[in-house]
Amino acid sequence: MSAMPDRGCTEQATAVKLVRSARGQREVFCGLTGIVWLHRKIQDAFFLVVGSRTCAHLIQSAAGVMIFAEPRFGTAIIDERDLAGLADVNDELDRVVEQLLSRRPEIKLLFLVGSCPSEVIKLDLGRAAARLSRSFEPRVRIRHYSGSGIETTFTQGEDACLASLVPTLVTSERRQLLIAGSLPDIVEDQFRRLFAAMGLDAVAFLPARRANEFPEIGPGTDVLLAQPFLADTGRALTERGCRLLTAPFPFGAEGTTAWLKAGASAFGIGEAAFDDATRDARSRAEASVARYAPELSGKRVFFFPDSQLEVPLARFLSRELGMGLAEVGTPFLHRSHLAAELEMLPADTVVVEGQDVEAQLDRCRAEKPDLTVCGLGLANPLEAEGLTTKWSIELVFSPVHGYEQAGDLAELFARPFVRRLRLAV
Amino acid sequence: MKLTLWTYEGPPHIGAMRVATALTDVHYVLHAPQGDTYADLLFTMIERNGRRPPVTYTTFQARDLGGDTAQLFQDAVSGAYERFQPGAMLVGASCTAELIQDDPAGLSAALALPVPVVPLELPAYQKKENWGAAETLYRLVRSLVTPRPRAAGDATASVRRPLCNILGPTALGFRHRDDVTEIARLLGQIGVDIHVVAPLGASAADLSRLGEADFNVVLYPEVAGPAAQWLKKSCGQPMTSVVPIGIGATREFIAEVARLAGIEPPAHLIGAPSRAAWYSRSVDSTYLTGKRVFIFGDATHAIAAARVARDELGFTVVGLGTYSRESAREVRAAASQYGLEALITDDYLEVEAAAAALHPELILGTQMERHIAKRLGVPCAVISAPVHVQDFPARYSPQMGFEGANVIFDSWVHPLMMGLEEHLLAMFRDDFEFHDKAASSHLGHTSAPVVAAATAPAAAPVEAIRQASPATVPADATAADGVRWDPDAEKELLKIPFFVRGKARRNTERFALQKGVNTISVGTIYDAKAHFGR
Ligand code: SF4
Ligand code: SF4
Repeated sequence: MSAMPDRGCTEQATAVKLVRSARGQREVFCGLTGIVWLHRKIQDAFFLVVGSRTCAHLIQSAAGVMIFAEPRFGTAIIDERDLAGLADVNDELDRVVEQLLSRRPEIKLLFLVGSCPSEVIKLDLGRAAARLSRSFEPRVRIRHYSGSGIETTFTQGEDACLASLVPTLVTSERRQLLIAGSLPDIVEDQFRRLFAAMGLDAVAFLPARRANEFPEIGPGTDVLLAQPFLADTGRALTERGCRLLTAPFPFGAEGTTAWLKAGASAFGIGEAAFDDATRDARSRAEASVARYAPELSGKRVFFFPDSQLEVPLARFLSRELGMGLAEVGTPFLHRSHLAAELEMLPADTVVVEGQDVEAQLDRCRAEKPDLTVCGLGLANPLEAEGLTTKWSIELVFSPVHGYEQAGDLAELFARPFVRRLRLAV
Repeated sequence: MKLTLWTYEGPPHIGAMRVATALTDVHYVLHAPQGDTYADLLFTMIERNGRRPPVTYTTFQARDLGGDTAQLFQDAVSGAYERFQPGAMLVGASCTAELIQDDPAGLSAALALPVPVVPLELPAYQKKENWGAAETLYRLVRSLVTPRPRAAGDATASVRRPLCNILGPTALGFRHRDDVTEIARLLGQIGVDIHVVAPLGASAADLSRLGEADFNVVLYPEVAGPAAQWLKKSCGQPMTSVVPIGIGATREFIAEVARLAGIEPPAHLIGAPSRAAWYSRSVDSTYLTGKRVFIFGDATHAIAAARVARDELGFTVVGLGTYSRESAREVRAAASQYGLEALITDDYLEVEAAAAALHPELILGTQMERHIAKRLGVPCAVISAPVHVQDFPARYSPQMGFEGANVIFDSWVHPLMMGLEEHLLAMFRDDFEFHDKAASSHLGHTSAPVVAAATAPAAAPVEAIRQASPATVPADATAADGVRWDPDAEKELLKIPFFVRGKARRNTERFALQKGVNTISVGTIYDAKAHFGR
């Protein structure tokens, strides 16, 4: 690609909205970042990045540095000897894995995570995983996926991770609802309780909390995606005979209701049972969101692309809090998974897929939005220019799905305004 | 291939970014994939910069690799030039682009931009952050400064005050901003004027004037060493060798500067009133005597800290080390002065093991050691990069010069128990307010007992959302293998004030092991006390 002319913006009116796609310099994390939350979710898994010092530094910086004595992630740093062929890279990797697994006997699932350098030197982690599996199964299962920045953007790392697991899941005909996408345990438990109250107990989650608790899947499985960024995972599940349910994503009271309902209808749960099971939590959610409407309604928000959560969040802010949408940037727009979401956005919403960061900053400055949702690299500089910002990474790291978190989600957006009001400096 | 959990230094292009971000009008085009843009947040979040680092990343993707990443790079360079109109540009590759070999130097030269474009070759699979910073400054200086051999007795020198440059301070440096302020003031008092401070706050034009000064003050040899050497050779500028951290070193620095400037050092400065010196002599500080300190950091700060610890606070240095292999020789030489073998490693697990084995009473290190110290339940102060958001305090807090010595006194001593307080605790230890779990009032979390030390640090908001996993470091209070305590000895141990009890227990067990004693009696406790007594 990509000579100067085809960078910049091209416009394309979809059925509903104006979606522009931008190409140019991006200011987003790579897929390795997902390790920061995935390793917390799967409690006996270790994520071994095969990459460079940059990769190690990225994860450490994204994780906020050294919170854990010995974390369940690390980097096998490729060095000049490996590149010069003085050492056989595959032997070296085997050695590092052996060293790691003998030090950490509690690890049951090991992910070899590809990076830009490992891909550019064409290190075949699939073969490495197969080879190492022969030595370590059944004690440790070894899987691989790529979190490289040339292939994946931020949350796509989780997508790649989960997609790598799908083909290895045991087949079962059992009729069940599978919720895909990592959620904090507390949110999982809330969803489980809600479905149980409707009479649906066969609810499984991907990823599971432990390596030996991964669900069995098959033609009887209906899937609700809990995250909008699971393109490959969704495809892999369909290939295993699962059926994908389409719904808005469970952000805010409205989104959560629609999402739960998609699950309920698939299992023949009637209106009355659904309403009985959800009524209380739903009105709690509506009340707690409404508390923040005075601060937020009428304000305009501008999203820089980050996690692919932007479209559902914009829908939540516009419909439940009355905010105006200046621009909704997203690194990637999965048009069919997001069909219901796009439908619910105001007709004049500008959705921009991809990024050309300097041009986008120019647009943002010209727009002067009341709130700018952006990454940590941009937030303080924009604050220094007088804009009010919300760091997008917090939206990925905090529990924000479902009814009981709907108020917290609204609060995350209201906090920057509340703070501005309080400060007299 | 090496397994790495946490790293002390980033890759070398992070060093280049620290230099570029410190300068005012130099733009860096980095051939790199999108994920490498994480580096911006180091500057905007940790240092709270209100300006984005002046870096354009090409953010090539897999689909570009088959095509023309070289074109992409050239477009990024010309685009950045158009938009930012820099005084000079840096161009280079990160780890991934190094593998695709696009030749940033040749590609940018072909553009024939009207400003100096300095290509950087930073081997990402061999070198690290500090090396990258030093190489970048050196390349910039070489490209922008015209060599001018200095005739002895430069004509202008007699009619003006002596003139020096201050070299080394960068963005994201540990207290660099405040050190510059402090040392600039000190130089003024000595009678020396400052020509250029670089890279922090300098423009490309300022860099090109570096050769006009009479000599160079090298504040951070890790960054400024190679550039200063080149200036010495090409412009005849001598350079300082003393890093003014601590009272003694600051005095030597004054003398060295005066000698290089050919002037008399002002007498009042040499005997300068530093509060730290008096505080250290005051009786409350008696309790600092012989405190065991473990020191780890970059070479300059670690070596300086050891000297201050021993000579200006009366501590005993029990461990000294660095993660910068480039300076291993200097640190080994320094360690030998304390009768120690230097610890040269960039593996924090090794540092943790060494610290745990030495039973220090204070750890002076980087933010990595802050976490190690928390887990070991040992007080800690940060003396060196890598640093985190709390190491960029709002208040003025240099490490260098006389005020730096005061800051050091406070920040190393505050985590420890105050002298008088230690005494009172011993007197009142049986009162109900005083028990093992009551921390002394001036101490924050650092005085928490070992068991509590595993809780998550909550300083950074992103971290606060998560919680720590249980510490894997074993509590030190369990009996060492094979050694038993008889009940009377256990009781006797409980009579020892709690804040020294852990040490008494460890020393007694160590002594018992050495002597082959299987069961510790009351007698063993006192034998051990006599053996280790200080
Ligand atoms: S973008 Fe590539 S090289 Fe950079 S940190 Fe991510 S995987 Fe590593
Ligand atoms: S606790 Fe957080 S802010 Fe403090 S040093 Fe550690 S990582 Fe940095």
